[in-house]
Amino acid sequence: MILFLMAIAAFGIIKLRNLFAVVMLSGIFSLLAASLYVHLTAVDVAFTEASVGAGISTLLMLATLAITGEYEKKHTTNNLFPLLIVVVTGAALIYGTLDMPLYGAANAPANLHLIPRFIEQSGTEIGIPNIVTSVLASYRGYDTLGETVVIFTAAIGVLVLLGRGRNRWRPGISADAPSKDEENEV
Amino acid sequence: MFIAATIAIIIAMVLALMRALLGPTIYDRVLAVNLFGTKALLLIAVMGFLTDRPEFLDIALVYALINFIATIAIMKFFRFAHLGHPHQGDNLGDL
Repeated sequence: MILFLMAIAAFGIIKLRNLFAVVMLSGIFSLLAASLYVHLTAVDVAFTEASVGAGISTLLMLATLAITGEYEKKHTTNNLFPLLIVVVTGAALIYGTLDMPLYGAANAPANLHLIPRFIEQSGTEIGIPNIVTSVLASYRGYDTLGETVVIFTAAIGVLVLLGRGRNRWRPGISADAPSKDEENEV
Repeated sequence: MFIAATIAIIIAMVLALMRALLGPTIYDRVLAVNLFGTKALLLIAVMGFLTDRPEFLDIALVYALINFIATIAIMKFFRFAHLGHPHQGDNLGDL
């Protein structure tokens, strides 16, 4: 049902020409995605989606709308070939998920080997009582380091683009820059 | 009873989505997004009780705070066209 509502919101985003309505609909889309994540018990992802997707990125798009116009131009080009490419790519992706184990299946490889090992041995191997923290900070340490490098690079790029303005010590600029970094994180 | 509440909330979500799609003015759409956030957190709370996980209520509370701040930020952006301090003089931006 939530997926159905998400589909309606997505069609609205594509079809509407009033860009303000599109921004509002994308906020609604983010809220729907966040409640979907909560139902999948991924609460932290849902928090990030609700705050970044529905809050910060909506504001950033509104800031862009204040610079540009409110209505999208009509384009009359032929869309059949891009549609074909999208359909083929989507079919290939769905075909790729066919031989994956079902969601939450007890005999999935991740549930057979990895999770019992984490539950039994992560306390003695790492020394952190919380299993999720030990996975994030130690087992996936290089992954987290790579993500941090990516976010740091994005922050440097945004600062280079924004920081050379005429009034570089205005508080608005330094308040804008970290929010864009958080958008890149998602 | 929780199932009936869930169905009612989903119907209200559909109506809010229709208002955001059709709404003629800007304020209809802002209000629709605010209402949709409220419905989403109600849905999370009700689903928490429906699946015997009442700790989802805390998550719904945090969602209420996020929703409130987002609506205030959108409206403030409309009024002042930026979120920082006013350019000069008046302190209207410090609401």
